[in-house]
Amino acid sequence: MANLKELSVRQDPLTGGHRACAGCGFPQIVRMVLLSSKDPVVVISATGCLEVTTTIFPFSAWNVPFLHNAFENSAATASGVEAAYNAFVRKNKIKGKINFVAFGGDGGTYDIGFQSLSGAMERGHDLLYVCYNNEAYMNTGVQRSGATPRGASTTTEPAGKVSSGKTRPRKDLTKIMAAHNLPYVAQAAGGYYMDLIKKAEKAFATPGPKFINVLQPCRLGWGYKPELTMEISRLAVQTCVWPLYEVENGIWKVTMNVREKKPIAEFLKLQDRFRHLFKPGNEQLLADLQKEVDKNWEELLKKGAP
Amino acid sequence: MPAAAKTGNEAMAEAMRQINPDVVAAYPITPATEIVMIFAQFAADGLVGTEYIPVESEHSAMSACVGAAAAGARVMTGTSSQGLALMYEILPIATALRLPIIMCEVNRALSGPINIHCDHSDTMAARDFGWIQIFSENAQEAYDNTLQAVRISEHSKVKLPSMVTTDGFIISHCMERVEMLGDKEVQDFIGEKKAEVSLLDVTKPVTIGALDLQDYYFEHRRQMAEAMKNVAPVILEVAEEYSKLTGRKYDLIEEYKLADAEIAIVALGSTCGTAKVVIDELREKGIKAGMLKIRVFRPFPAERIAAVLNKIPAIAVMDRSDSLNTQGGPVYTETCAALYNHPKRPKMINYIYGLGGRDVTLDDLRSVFSDLQSIDKKPLFNYLGVRD
Repeated sequence: MANLKELSVRQDPLTGGHRACAGCGFPQIVRMVLLSSKDPVVVISATGCLEVTTTIFPFSAWNVPFLHNAFENSAATASGVEAAYNAFVRKNKIKGKINFVAFGGDGGTYDIGFQSLSGAMERGHDLLYVCYNNEAYMNTGVQRSGATPRGASTTTEPAGKVSSGKTRPRKDLTKIMAAHNLPYVAQAAGGYYMDLIKKAEKAFATPGPKFINVLQPCRLGWGYKPELTMEISRLAVQTCVWPLYEVENGIWKVTMNVREKKPIAEFLKLQDRFRHLFKPGNEQLLADLQKEVDKNWEELLKKGAP
Repeated sequence: MPAAAKTGNEAMAEAMRQINPDVVAAYPITPATEIVMIFAQFAADGLVGTEYIPVESEHSAMSACVGAAAAGARVMTGTSSQGLALMYEILPIATALRLPIIMCEVNRALSGPINIHCDHSDTMAARDFGWIQIFSENAQEAYDNTLQAVRISEHSKVKLPSMVTTDGFIISHCMERVEMLGDKEVQDFIGEKKAEVSLLDVTKPVTIGALDLQDYYFEHRRQMAEAMKNVAPVILEVAEEYSKLTGRKYDLIEEYKLADAEIAIVALGSTCGTAKVVIDELREKGIKAGMLKIRVFRPFPAERIAAVLNKIPAIAVMDRSDSLNTQGGPVYTETCAALYNHPKRPKMINYIYGLGGRDVTLDDLRSVFSDLQSIDKKPLFNYLGVRD
């Protein structure tokens, strides 16, 4: 596995000077994933923060080929790019391996782009799909998504006098992708970047369809100070709110053991989206959320102990 | 030139085989399903070198087409009605990225109510997405138009996507005599695709599909409009070359006994074949009837249409789709607009007809020509063959 020193001398696929917020979680995730590829990469992106902040015409922050089509179709678009590559390889019009990486936020992945993703993965295209998952539609102003956790306040399912934010737990997309029987599925977090690099390297070394779900703190939508991005990312893992694991050819394995699980309050209390949970009257909900996290963690450990 | 009995769908699938595109992404939908099925079999039998992507929806079909075309591939797809509607979001993106994707589109009524038969409501609803639209009267034209579309779309002055249409079931499923070129002749005619920019050129990374705001979007839309203006001469140039190969002549429009016509209809697609029979009949009776067939609906050949129609006193414009705007169908409004600034404006009335596959009989068209003989008594907007 490449260490940070080795990665630092590779050409940066995404330059600085893009327009993502200070403290945004995804530039680091995108860099770590793409730098992990020894072969050239071609990036396909869904509409969303990543595309909007890196490609305002006539500027581009991308040092690698980049294609944006629409919101819900980065996986289908990537499948077309990969098919074209295969056709050209067969006709001897192109030489050399290229790794295809499709990015989508949780909106473009969990919700509106879910069919496109499922179809592309089922067809078995040789590509890596990475969800930069900030748990709501951040580009349009923090609307709820299928990835928004229970209890989070968003602009379309806000906490209010008679509401405690989102009522339903998020869908477990990583598990759903594992149910596609892909050769490689993983869950990662930017705060544990060596784990992320290792997973990206594994994905690039595996032919066929791959999926990595990376939790991405959003300072604006989650409501925290920009310098806390990495800390919050790590707290999500240390509290088991976002366990790190992989499913390699059907074998589940937790990649980051959490021996002393921190209470979820430590993760929640740093974020405005959960502030209402700490007001009197929400004690039960907070306890339920902790129970939910504990249960999910126990189940995961049974599937693939570290 | 070898001839064979082919349905419209078979003719289009054969054209696709001979074009041998790099990538085909398609999803089955009646009545275009066969195009996809036949082509899938060609791919399964190794008769084409195509990467065939059996996507999970038409939205993904067009999305994959955009991806493949952005990678420099020659790309085709086929669809109809709801399938086309599911692609609508991506169609103007293909245009904006200047990707010469070719679509075989079988005209079918849009839901609702749900219906699987022919009308033009699907294609007409896609008329302002910057796609070239070529209508076919029969299976032969479907074949010929598909081959020519590759050259038109890929022309350096054009670089716009094309949809070649047939009429659902009427053409798609009816067997006719179709003359085909040899495989090599087709390859020589279409040539190699040359992509100036490719996403796969990792040595020259490009950003495709960037966010385009107030300061550039308008200019880029303007460029598309300019490209569309370049299409008509390219169509004529390609048609000229094609006629040398096949002896079959194509134009933006086709004039049928119009030179001295006193009454005429304007129509697209399979109805034109039926109309020709009625016109021949009327001519034998000494009635000066004629027809203007619009082969290319996008770009709309307004000047050519005005130049031919202005001399004819009474015209019926036939629309196989209804805009539900109380002002007639799209062919009518555009034909009227084409003549508005001409010093001589004929009297023109509109017929909405054949929706949802309602048969268009010789009698129906006879009644239209009969109406035209006393056009002043007719309202502007008429429905043909519908129970009131």
